[in-house]
Amino acid sequence: MVDPANTVGLPVNPTPLLKDELDIVIPTIRNLDFLEMWRPFLQPYHLIIVQDGDPTKKIHVPEGYDYELYNRNDINRILGPKASCISFKDSACRCFGYMVSKKKYIFTIDDDCFVAKDPSGKAVNALEQHIKNLLCPSTPLFFNTLYDPYREGADFVRGYPFSLREGVTTAVSHGLWLNIPDYDAPTQLVKPKERNTRYVDAVMTIPKGTLFPMCGMNLAFDRDLIGPAMYFGLMGDGQPIGRYDDMWAGWCIKVICDHLGLGVKTGLPYIYHSKASNPFVNLKKEYKGIFWQEEIIPFFQNAKLSKEATTVQQCYIELSKMVKEKLSSLDPYFDKLADAMVTWIEAWDELNPTAAAAANGKA
Amino acid sequence: MSSSEINKNEVDIVIGALNADLTQFLNSWKPFFSGFHLIIVKDPELKDDLNIPEGFDVDVYSKPDIEKVVGAANATMFSGYSCRYFGYLVSKKKYIVSIDDDCVPAKDPKGVLVDAVSQHVTNLENPATPLFFNTLYDPYCEGADFVRGYPFSLRSGVPCAASCGLWLNLADLDAPTQALKTEQRNTSYVDAVMTVPLKAMLPISGINIAFNRELVGPALVPALRIAGEGKVRWETLEDVWCGMCLKHISDHLGYGVKTGLPYVWRNERGDAVESLRKKWEGMKLMEKSVPFFEALKLPESAVSVEDCVVELAKAVKEQLGSDDPAFTQAADAMVKWVQLWNSVNSSG
Repeated sequence: MVDPANTVGLPVNPTPLLKDELDIVIPTIRNLDFLEMWRPFLQPYHLIIVQDGDPTKKIHVPEGYDYELYNRNDINRILGPKASCISFKDSACRCFGYMVSKKKYIFTIDDDCFVAKDPSGKAVNALEQHIKNLLCPSTPLFFNTLYDPYREGADFVRGYPFSLREGVTTAVSHGLWLNIPDYDAPTQLVKPKERNTRYVDAVMTIPKGTLFPMCGMNLAFDRDLIGPAMYFGLMGDGQPIGRYDDMWAGWCIKVICDHLGLGVKTGLPYIYHSKASNPFVNLKKEYKGIFWQEEIIPFFQNAKLSKEATTVQQCYIELSKMVKEKLSSLDPYFDKLADAMVTWIEAWDELNPTAAAAANGKA
Repeated sequence: MSSSEINKNEVDIVIGALNADLTQFLNSWKPFFSGFHLIIVKDPELKDDLNIPEGFDVDVYSKPDIEKVVGAANATMFSGYSCRYFGYLVSKKKYIVSIDDDCVPAKDPKGVLVDAVSQHVTNLENPATPLFFNTLYDPYCEGADFVRGYPFSLRSGVPCAASCGLWLNLADLDAPTQALKTEQRNTSYVDAVMTVPLKAMLPISGINIAFNRELVGPALVPALRIAGEGKVRWETLEDVWCGMCLKHISDHLGYGVKTGLPYVWRNERGDAVESLRKKWEGMKLMEKSVPFFEALKLPESAVSVEDCVVELAKAVKEQLGSDDPAFTQAADAMVKWVQLWNSVNSSG
């Protein structure tokens, strides 16, 4: 069994890296009590809280945190008709936070994620590790068997081509979870007691051309480099599917990162995932996804973006056209999703005008 | 899988002896080599007699034996670190586990000695998952599984062709890196086995490796010799080339290659700075190899491992032959290797 770290008494990090360049986006429908234990590592940073569900409910943010909070009314007010692309009654709504942020980096974490302990018992500063991952290059073009070559004590192994040792810029840092693992409903039903107790002390780059299941529980990314592709889709209320928001974003960002020559890392940091969601509820949400993903995966594996797509927005719009063309026959949902992907980009560009001007200039 | 659950009759442990005195090496591995059949191949260029302690079920091959099987002209294929390939050639077993003779068992973070043989065989006996990355790494090990979002149709995996282990203490770094960081030792025990994804290239080290001989034996090619190849790993590239071929062929045939556990403890041998003095041919050859393998597509008609090796050799000769004679020699060696493999294994 694993326990979360006890952070009582730990001082707030006196040298928080990228303090003014990073926003922490947290979707919540219940409360933010978990932030109490994260104080030493997260208090210096600005929070963007996206409140899902009933907008009249008052969400209490622990003292000392600097934050902005958006509920559904705010989302509707800010986006107008374009608010239709933001999910309701699903943590997918968090991507609204990415859109309104003005910072270069985003760290997103779920409200049931606590601080983990490393094997020595020390509390893991997950945000610091994510920042290290993002500030260090990735190596998607050749696999290093000693994992992250830039880490203290590691390096490139014999045979690793020297021309590839500078790596590429890292766009995404995907962290993992101890205790409750991120299983799908069928696996949860078969193994309700399984807990992840294995602390794998490695960060690695996911090779170019390889897809992976991206979990949104403990994730950081360079918003400037990949933000517009981090749309978490149409989930929750009124939608035929749930629990595939982060998966969808993960497949999109990986195809785009591979196309643009950016890197995606996975591994450290760990957080402690405390709450197991109801597997029967999950099964209902995921049910269609389980069948659909059999078609979706080959779609993404074969998706080829054009040479002319040189910005994230251009790549994303191209992808949305391919979704409409190739996946609509699977279910009309994908037709709606393709439209929502376009709406998302339009909304993103509206709220982030300088980036849009540059994109238009290039087009 | 513990040692007791493994069918020891399916495994040969092949050791290339570049050191004459194998007493310390073999005695340190005794708990884990016990019950297995060993094939020890002496580097034909090693003059001293081998010193092998009692208590092992072992067949030893030295220069005269090698020449008897492959002919004197071909014996040079098996000199230096490539002597181990002779052991792969004459083995009759399903799995091969191969460890350099300067490595001893490592300890895991709990202080327990690692049974590298069992871990390798476990890796080989369980499917690999090259078509989609599992973020919890090996989904078949105790306490882990496929994560949410992993396609169900891909959860049975594919056969595992090779298991690439790692090294604590002296990691397998190249000479420039080790010379620059003379004090650097690998102390990081990463508790994971994972499949290297389809199409991803990697440098496979021959220091601590296992493979399914029945599945891919002929793909382990002793082919690339750099000029001035020496008796320390810093002065070789034979395993890295072999690994590039093996990975490409495995990808083509739908097999998987795993990396990660087990660790071995690798000891000091040679001097990185000394090795640096030699002109580092390997660097240039690797640079040329990468775009070649990246663009390479084996024909659909290549459905056996032998076919794949022959086609690969053809492509090497055509596309890389003019860049460096080392590649032409490698291509010829690969063709020769397949011929030897077929002749030794059809009569056996």
